Order: sequence, then structure tokens, then C-alpha cells
Amino acid sequence: MIDFDYVKARDLGDAVNLIERDPAAKFIAGGTNLIDLMKENVERPTRLIDITGLPLKEVVETQGRGLMIGALVPNSDLAYDERITTRYPLLSSAVLAGASAQLRNMASTGGNLLQRTRCLYFYDITTSCNKREPGSGCGALDGFNRMNAILGWSKSCIAVHPSDMCVALAALEATVHLAGPNGNRTIPFVDFHRLPGDTPEIDTNLAHDEIITAIELPPEEFSRNYSYLKIRDRLSYAFALVSVAAALKIEAGTIKDARIALGGVAHKPWRVPSAEQTLEGQQPRRKTFGEAADVILQGAEGFAHNSFKIELARRAIVRALDQAAAGMPQSQSVKAIV
Amino acid sequence: MQGKPQVRHEPSARGLAPRFEVRLRVNGAERRLRLRPWTTLLDALREYLDLTGTKKGCDHGQCGACTVLIDGRRVLSCLTLAVMKEGAEITTIEGLAAVGELHPLQKAFISHDAFQCGYCTPGQICSAVGLIAEGHTETSDEIRESMSGNICRCGCYPNIVAAIAAVIHGALS
Repeated sequence: MIDFDYVKARDLGDAVNLIERDPAAKFIAGGTNLIDLMKENVERPTRLIDITGLPLKEVVETQGRGLMIGALVPNSDLAYDERITTRYPLLSSAVLAGASAQLRNMASTGGNLLQRTRCLYFYDITTSCNKREPGSGCGALDGFNRMNAILGWSKSCIAVHPSDMCVALAALEATVHLAGPNGNRTIPFVDFHRLPGDTPEIDTNLAHDEIITAIELPPEEFSRNYSYLKIRDRLSYAFALVSVAAALKIEAGTIKDARIALGGVAHKPWRVPSAEQTLEGQQPRRKTFGEAADVILQGAEGFAHNSFKIELARRAIVRALDQAAAGMPQSQSVKAIV
Repeated sequence: MQGKPQVRHEPSARGLAPRFEVRLRVNGAERRLRLRPWTTLLDALREYLDLTGTKKGCDHGQCGACTVLIDGRRVLSCLTLAVMKEGAEITTIEGLAAVGELHPLQKAFISHDAFQCGYCTPGQICSAVGLIAEGHTETSDEIRESMSGNICRCGCYPNIVAAIAAVIHGALS
């Protein structure tokens, strides 16, 4: 870890001023990813701006009957908030599938969006990584790439976004609220994280001098028929090989609306709206779910150690939709997949 | 793997960041420290306050041995910067026992043989105190999942779960 300076922001305006003036500074809230990356010498900010004093810690109803989640709401508070567990249980389930209780107590909602890939080559500064050092190459391409992407990758970068919460937020079509020197703006969740392309060093469309202030959930809740299914090498406390956030709106035995997002497979949560549309007007059936899965996985291509993820993802999509249709969401504590 | 580390440790022209005054309430006592920003709470506790009960297992937030309670919530002290916890109420393993009597979880860990080498144990117990305070956990499956951030190389998991279950359900043997 390099030596760094520390300052605590007094308010939102102060925070934006401080970050704008210093391209080598970073915000710190929970620090659960940033401090780890600093210990690994992957992140080397020369100043940390502590934003934990900012008034971004509330969950409030919006005018449109949705919810506005402050960027500093801890992951655990979010997961157990009664408004979230009753109206957006898919989000609660996804948050509880990730990390550990201690980490969920520390980590902020905004920070969860901004966490960086856990790709082995990104983390190990003795290896080639275009995300960490543009132009140095991608060690994962012909390396140990079990935890890497099968969709949306480029020859520059095959990293995946590690968040579970983000997969649910993608399925729920959240909106990210930002503040910066030029005022406030919003980004639809689908546009927040980027694909690597030939600029893998840029993870998101948040500018350096901007700060996430809140995540907004729309009123469509999908609270009856949903499941967050996470497949991983261990039963707990491990990142996904493949995860699926599945949500259905079923009326009179017919699917009216479907949302399917994948985690663990790409640089951002993976959603294919045309696949979801194939389910509209259909009865919930495994064969139909399989056809949707095939559309979602179109173009999927793996590497030496992760091609199994393609078939795994197909089966996980079908299983998650099955669970959602049955109203039997995957439990994050009883691990059997029924 | 080929390659050399890309970090050059040149002394920075601006000099080291100053020490910051930090007031922490640790196990009920006010402690004042002067710390560089990069001092983790774990290092502050162990190196500056001689509270070596909290352990450094991995220093990267992966093992849970450094678990302490901040304002009643279980967190990892290795990923916490001490300067960010001005005014916080911190409880370590040393602070759990009331005068003259072990905490119920400490008693349960003994009666249920829930530790062997003891290295993960302070973190396990602090984590379990946090778990019980959170109030979401009842079944063994839920305890297991909720304690998944604390790992034990000796493999004491069944007895750890039993000890915690015993305290949750109010029956101590």
C-alpha cells in the first residue's frame, strides 16, 4: 500500500469539490473492496475522501411508488429492510447471497456497484492485465480463467463483474442517481456498467468527479414469482460461477412480464430483453424457459477453464425460472436447490 | 507467471500524511491515538492498544479472524481504517466478559468444545455476538450460513454451530 492522505467530506458539495480537484483521489465508504485493492497495490489513490458522513443513508418512498435507496445504506440494512423484503424480495435475496455477514454490514449500496472484478490477473500485479495497466495484455485469456466471462468479452479483457446485488438491480431496472460538478443526473442501470471493448480500464460510466447518491427502484416489484439462484464452487462465501435473477409476472396462468439477468458470466449483469419477450403470453413451461435460455446465451463462448459455464448457465436459467414460476424462490440459507 | 511488480516505491515529494487524532471507545474505555491514515483498526487494536485477542488471519477480509463489533455490529477490522472510526464504540473479544463471569457464548464455546487451536475463536465469538444481536437467525442452517464469514482450519464448525444454537435457544449445558 502506498502512503495516502485522508480527508473527511463535510457534505455532498464538499465531496464533489474535493474529488474534482484531485484526479488521484478516491471516495471511501465501506472500503471492503478498495482497502483490499490498496493492500494489493492494485489501487493507489494518494488521497481518500471519506464520504461516510454524507446524508445518503435513507430508504424513502418515491412519488412514483418506488423506492429511493441512499448510496450509503449498508448492504445488510438493505437486505433486511421490510420494504425491500416485502416489495423487492429478489433484491434482498441477491444481497444475502453475496459476501459474508461482516462484509454486508460494512459495504455500501453505491460501493457494491463500483466494486471491481476479482479476476486473478487483475489482482496480481506481477501479471498482465489491460484493466489494471492498459496495453499490458490479458493474462486470463490463456491462463486460469474459471471465474471469467463467457459473454460480452473482448480480446482485451474477459473479466466479470462480481456483484450479486447488481444482477437483481439489472433485472428490476433500477436507476442510478449521481451528483457532480455540473449537477445531478441519472443513468439507467443497464447503461451504468460497461463492456470491456478496448477500454477495459473503464468499468462504469460514472465520471471521476461524480458520486453515486442513490439507487432508485421502480414500482414494478415482482414480489410473488422470483428467484435468485447462485451456483458456486462452495455453498457460501464464494463468488458465482453463474447466477440468475429471475422474475415473472403471472396472471391467470400466463406470463405477462419476465426479467432474467445473469451474473458471473460477463463484465456487467447480462440481460437480453428479446429473450424475455419470448416468454410473454406463454405458459410457464421448462421447454419455453429453455428456448429463452438459448436466446440469452446466443454467442456465448468460453475459454480453456470455463466453457462449462455455458451449459451450466442454460440449466440455471431454466431452474431459476421454474422456481420463480412455482413461487418457490431459492433459499440463501437452506442450500438444496429444489 | 512472468513479469515484475509494477510499483515503484519512490519516496513521495509531498512527505507522509500526518498522524490523525482518533478517539475510540474500546471495551468501554476512551482511548486516544495518533495514527497514520493507513493504520487499520486491526493494527490499531493489536499494535497500539496491546489488545492482541483479535487476530490477523489473512488481512484481506477473507477469513473473519479479525471480526470485532463496532456500535454493536460485526465487522472486519482488517478492512477498516481506524481514522474513519472517530467516536465509535468498539468491542473486542477482551471486552465480552462481564467482571468475574464469561459471556454466555464463551461458556458455550467451552462446553460445546467449539475450538481447537483457538486462532479463529475470538473472531468466531465476536461474529456470533453480532449474529445474535442481528436477530435474524434461528435454525442450524441459518446459523451456518450467517457464520460463513468465519473460517476454521481445525474444522470445529459442527460444535461452533451447536454452541451458538445453544445460546440462541437459551439452553446452556
